[in-house]
This record gives sequence, C-alpha cells and structure tokens, in this order.
Amino acid sequence: MSSNYDDRDRGFDRDDNDDRGDRGGRGGRGGGRRAHRRKVCGFCREKVDLIDFKDVKLLQGFIPERGKILPRRISGSCATHQRMLSEAIKRARNIALLPYATD
Amino acid sequence: MAAERIYEVMFIIDPNAGAEDVTRLTDNLQQTVTDLGGTITKNEDMGRRTLAYPIGRKNEGHYVLFEIEGSGREIAELERRMRVNDQVLRYITVRVDEDRRRAEKFKAKRARRASKRPMAASAGARSTAVVAPPVKEESDEA
Repeated sequence: MSSNYDDRDRGFDRDDNDDRGDRGGRGGRGGGRRAHRRKVCGFCREKVDLIDFKDVKLLQGFIPERGKILPRRISGSCATHQRMLSEAIKRARNIALLPYATD
Repeated sequence: MAAERIYEVMFIIDPNAGAEDVTRLTDNLQQTVTDLGGTITKNEDMGRRTLAYPIGRKNEGHYVLFEIEGSGREIAELERRMRVNDQVLRYITVRVDEDRRRAEKFKAKRARRASKRPMAASAGARSTAVVAPPVKEESDEA
C-alpha cells in the first residue's frame, strides 16, 4: 500500500542536496532505521505564501493515484504548508477540479 | 468602517446550456451582486472542463470565476440564486482577503529578514552598534 507513494512526481524535486545535510551521526536510538536526509519543505524553498485551490496542476502533484492527500511524512512539507495544501485540495474537490477518490 | 471583504466565487454551469445562456446567467448574477452594493473585480470564464467526478450525471461543466468585493450580504443573495438555479451544478465561495493579507505578511517578514542579514555580515563586527532598524519597514501589518 505505502509503496503507492514511492516514485511519483510531486511537483517539486526534493531530492537535490540542500545544505542542510543529513543528520547522520546522531545517537543510536531507533536502531534499524535507515539514515534519512532531512526533508525540506518544497513550498518553503519556493517561497510559496498562498496555495490556491484553482491551481490544479500544482495540487495534482500531491494526490497519488488513489486520490488521497499525500501525507507530510512523504512529501516533507512543513505543517503550515501542509495545512494550506490540504485546505486547497479539499476546496478543489468540492468544485470537481480534483477527485475525491479514484480507483 | 470595516474593510471590504474579498471573495472568490466559482461555479459550474450545465454543459448543455448554450453560449448565450451562459452569458445571460453570468450577467444576471453579476447584476445581483452590483445591486446589493458589491463590486466585481474579476470575471473569468474558464470554459468547459471535464469534471473530476460526475455531478448529476454530467461529466463536463462550464466553469466561471468571480472575484467580488463587498460586505458579504451580496454573497448570501448570490448563493441563494445559484442554489435555486438548475443550471448551476455547483458553486464554491472562498473568502480570500484574510489569506492574502497573511501572505503579504509572510512576504514582508522575509524581505525584512533578507535585508537585515547581508547588512550585518558586511558590517564586519556584529557586536558593535546594534544595527539600526532597516529604514523601509514601517508598513508592518499593512
């Protein structure tokens, strides 16, 4: 199920190496976890102040096949932007710009 | 005197309606808004689009977007009219002035921070003379 999210286009390429490096050498807690790079919110980087529900192209990058909203832990958005994003997606759904569910 | 509010109203018109039906309907709706003291600042015809899901067995719709400045009373009447009208499949009203103001604030904040930082760096010693506040930032909560 979660593999659904893996390699889809998300509107931003979050993969380039920003200067906020990996927090590699942190202590042993959480043992087997893969060391992961700290994600940076794409909206913050692009300096987005407002997410518009009419911007279907942008929003589409945040709804995987199923039509659900891409969770923050995947996209790496900060709380503020995730809130704006989900609000915008819900508005877009209401006016049939985006689907509620697809299969 | 309370500031005017800004709303975005988007609605979907029945795809079976002809072009003149669409113009008549939008003109009518605009009329109701202006009659009640609102002003239409933007009237954008987004044309026919496929709906993301069928509404009332229809898979297409004609999208129209208004941007309205007003007190809020004209919105109530506008929504009532749209509810009653069978040609309007769906509508959504979003109040945007508050969000826009917030966005402005973010922008101002960022600009302020950007203008502060290089100054401090070029001044060399950061400790001496706590940098005077940047000049052009009295319009904080515009």
